[in-house]
Amino acid sequence: MEVLGKPLVRKEDAALLSGRGRYADDIAEPKRTLQAHVIRSPHAHAMIGRIDARAALEIPGVVAVITGEDIAKISDPFLVAVKADVPQWSLAVERVRYVGEPVALVLAETRYIAEDAGEAVEIEYQQLPAIIDLRAAREKTSALVHESAKSNEVHTRAFTYGDPDAAFKAAHKIVKMTSEFPRQSFMPMECFVVVSEYRPADDSYEVMANFQGPFSTQPVMARACRVPGTRFRIKTPADSGGSFGIKLSVFPFMVLCGLASKIVGRPVKWVEDRLEHLVAASSGPNRITEVEAAVDKDGRITALKLDQIEDYGAFLRAPMPGPLYRMHGALTGAYAIQNLSVVSRVVMTNKMPSALIRGFGGPQMYLTLERLVQMIAREMGLDHLEVIKRNLIPAGSFPYKTAAGSLFDSGDYPRCVELATGGGRLEALMKRRDDARKSGKYYGIGFAAVVEPAMSNMGYLSTLLSPEAREKAGPKNGAVSLASVRVDALGAVSVTADCVVCGQGHETVLAQIVAEQLGLRIEDITVNLELDTANSDWSIAAGTYSCRFTPGTAVAAHIAAQRIRDKLSRIAAKQLNVLHTDIEFVKGKIRSKSNPDNAMAFGRVAGTAHWSPIMLPDGMDPALRETAVWAPPELTPPSHDDRINTSLTYGFVFDMCGVEIDPVTCEVKVEKYVSMHDAGRLLNPLIAEGQIRGAFVQGLATALYEEFVYDDGGSFLTGTFADYVVPTATELPELELMHIESPSPFTPLGAKGLAEGNCMSTPACIANAIADALGVENVQLPATPARINAMISGEEPARPAHVAPRQGIASAGTGGAKQKDARQIKGSGSVQVSASPEKVWEALLDPENLKSVIPGCHALEVVGPNDYRAEVSLGVGIIRGRFKAQVKLTDLKPNQSGRLGGSISGPLGNSSGTGLLKLVPDGGGTRIDYDYEVAVFGKAAAVGGRMIEGAAQIVISQFFAAFGRKLGGAPEKKSLAKRLGSLWGGKGTTK
Amino acid sequence: MRRVAKDTKARVTLTLNGKKTTGEAESRTLLTDFLRHEIGMTGTHVGCEHGVCGCCTVLIDGVAARACLTLAQAADGRSVETVESLTGLDGKLNPLQEALRDHHALQCGFCTPGILMSFTDFLKRVPDPTVEQVKDVLGGHICRCTGYQGLIDAMMDGAKRLRS
Repeated sequence: MEVLGKPLVRKEDAALLSGRGRYADDIAEPKRTLQAHVIRSPHAHAMIGRIDARAALEIPGVVAVITGEDIAKISDPFLVAVKADVPQWSLAVERVRYVGEPVALVLAETRYIAEDAGEAVEIEYQQLPAIIDLRAAREKTSALVHESAKSNEVHTRAFTYGDPDAAFKAAHKIVKMTSEFPRQSFMPMECFVVVSEYRPADDSYEVMANFQGPFSTQPVMARACRVPGTRFRIKTPADSGGSFGIKLSVFPFMVLCGLASKIVGRPVKWVEDRLEHLVAASSGPNRITEVEAAVDKDGRITALKLDQIEDYGAFLRAPMPGPLYRMHGALTGAYAIQNLSVVSRVVMTNKMPSALIRGFGGPQMYLTLERLVQMIAREMGLDHLEVIKRNLIPAGSFPYKTAAGSLFDSGDYPRCVELATGGGRLEALMKRRDDARKSGKYYGIGFAAVVEPAMSNMGYLSTLLSPEAREKAGPKNGAVSLASVRVDALGAVSVTADCVVCGQGHETVLAQIVAEQLGLRIEDITVNLELDTANSDWSIAAGTYSCRFTPGTAVAAHIAAQRIRDKLSRIAAKQLNVLHTDIEFVKGKIRSKSNPDNAMAFGRVAGTAHWSPIMLPDGMDPALRETAVWAPPELTPPSHDDRINTSLTYGFVFDMCGVEIDPVTCEVKVEKYVSMHDAGRLLNPLIAEGQIRGAFVQGLATALYEEFVYDDGGSFLTGTFADYVVPTATELPELELMHIESPSPFTPLGAKGLAEGNCMSTPACIANAIADALGVENVQLPATPARINAMISGEEPARPAHVAPRQGIASAGTGGAKQKDARQIKGSGSVQVSASPEKVWEALLDPENLKSVIPGCHALEVVGPNDYRAEVSLGVGIIRGRFKAQVKLTDLKPNQSGRLGGSISGPLGNSSGTGLLKLVPDGGGTRIDYDYEVAVFGKAAAVGGRMIEGAAQIVISQFFAAFGRKLGGAPEKKSLAKRLGSLWGGKGTTK
Repeated sequence: MRRVAKDTKARVTLTLNGKKTTGEAESRTLLTDFLRHEIGMTGTHVGCEHGVCGCCTVLIDGVAARACLTLAQAADGRSVETVESLTGLDGKLNPLQEALRDHHALQCGFCTPGILMSFTDFLKRVPDPTVEQVKDVLGGHICRCTGYQGLIDAMMDGAKRLRS
């Protein structure tokens, strides 16, 4: 091997390091392109009322405001894999079902103008109860996310393999547990970018987007636009700023911008911002798994029962519910368990839709299985590692057929465990644990054993259908990969392939594969991975996902290069007058093996194929272009008894770690982490290591940091990078990587996928270490300090009755305990004025007076008796914008008390609240006592709770202070800092 | 400080990568948008627009700054250096860029320009940093691909290459 298998530096890097990448937003858009801004729902569940865009359309530069109604007229809902009536268009139609759901699209000459106009569009909503909690969503009495589906559980299928009932009857012990996997995303640094153009001449759409595939969604997009696939052309840019599964979810926007282009007759561009991305781009599904194991007296698992309940949020985007079935064949993990029963359930809630994410079902499954193995050890008084070893699939049993139908290609799991725990590594950790525990610290050791699938069988999703339905629909299977190799008339070699660039180094590895076959250097190979559905070779499995590059696309490139080599050998053999079997390719020469001096330059031989067809061997086609199709036979359709080989290759990961938990700060520190991989042959060890290290930190993020948090009202609370915590270099633990290579017999390169394993193993391994450290059963991830504190000290005790609640802390922070209400702000206060209660009362009912005291009020319109509509500009900290306010006075007891109710809505979301006012005669003047409750929805709730609460309190106190001043009260003019200070207990304002 | 009325554009002239460069910007135009869309220098990336991720880091008068938190008007008359300044027309990488390539310290490359600019500033001031110092500066950037180890190694090695 000259170049393949070597740790070569990447061909991609020179451009990316010098600011010359070609990302989607770097590419010049077509002339007359309009910029789009998406108006999003502030509510988790509501009916859409009137959408008034008149004011927006008056802003110079604004071209159109497009609504769901407009879209529904010219498109169809996206197809879904599950037979349930859960229609989704590219804009909300009639009803919104999650915070951040696109409701309208503003098109303008610039992005800035489009965003301005977005603030001027008035949308009325009638709120409905939000269905947020996964368990509650399944209750019969629950409100419905989609009434047409008649249930929130839109798919349920049960499977049985072997005889689990008999195994449970015969079990020495049954171990049960529940695992809950959180919502999160791996958050690429580049957000979504789309440029769509509709061409009326042939009723076609052309879309450039940083989409990653799977291209099985391309027909879904075309169908939604009511055109054949050939008239929905997708182009991907040369570079993409990370993906991790998330950039599948750009596809509804590819359709939306195309439809918008059709409506306005101009190209449309949309660039998502980070807030949009956090709130509504895509989430990994949260899952609750109830699991039971039948265990014999030695700790061997004889059967497993799984009930998997997965939360897909508000819609099922193709190819969902993939995560629930992607691991189906491999549900027994690295263990030799032949009796299995499993129930798979898909549940809808009012949260952002779940979709593709690195690991794709593996992290959820392994958190359950690996925690279960640790629980078995704990309940039986056995050593955790020993229980793992007793259950592992033995060496020498490959290819190994699992209970649910996977065919594990190769491996030596026990050897991986021996190597990783050997060399004094485990001993050192155990000594560290003993020492730490002796000195009163929490220290734990965790393990996880994971089988890492790669290259998904396109038939796996059809396992969700009954065998009868599958028979009717026809078999689905395989995972067709394509790559082309071309050699030009001067011998320059180029490669195209059916994968999409997301940063994995495909260009380099493809160049290595082809250079290896042709005796060239990687510098001699030009790779172009800008996929264009109108020009590229691709099939339904194209795209970058499920680690399909190494077992799939790379193999197709290898085969294409072999064919080019074979053709060149025959051409050269004729000219060198030797047998073609005597030809070798060395350093840019094609020569005779037996007589290396008998040689031709590579370019010279290649030129023959183009310039001199007459010199070619008889019957050979001229030119040099080979497109190879790789469709491995092992990927068969689901069998009549529901067994499915879900993937082509199965690597192995064994992880071990030691964590220390600070008893005071409750911070989990991963002190040492060892990750052992068997991914078959490594094509480029440098790139392989990069993939593993990247996946490791994402696994660490799942374990300790990242979570999408919703309150019970469905408000999204983690809308900034201050609230959604992505680990940085300062959180990085020491990671030791190890490898063995058990080449896959099912691919000619012997290489397996390896980029998802640690997303699966690391959360489980760290959770096991935390369980070991604290001696607890339930470890809820991410294990934030708040959760660790609850594990160590129990839930916080209830507030004693005599202690008043602190203001402004009614809401949950990130990763904290679930809160009971929407983001609620409560407060009370009083102001002293010199006017009499009668005067105060009069002022309160006077619209002109209200106008002058409502902070930032521009206009006040009287709608009815004591019912006003106002326009206000607010600006406290980051809470800035123009809002519409409605204020109504009710329960009026003249000169004594009244209720001030109202709501405001604006670009930052909505809030509503009420306040009770009491006028108490005090000396010659009046004391106005007030208390209030405010709920905040939408963007304001997402971008940092505590600040909003402070802001709301400031605005409310501003109102009363101004009111008081107006009536001759003399609260001294305070600085903002003083006012802020006084909010927390200062006299005369909010207590 | 200059005042630019709302909804009007004013000329911004800055020294961009050593060359006098002029464009138009509103009072609210961000430096990122100005560089990328008005001038057409797309090497500076936009990752979060709230100053956390570090993708947009440039040097203003030689000091690393978030271009997403800087108004274009505030850069008027200043010197701004972007990632494009690190490589000449011949495409030759500087020692720090080479170190990143050699340590596989980038994958998708989206965060890379900002990280390069932060360390261009930092290594000028601290030519012989400790690993902890490097981690601390790197802590101002989010990279989702590499898992950071390659970046740490590259910065230590790059500092060494720059010293020799």
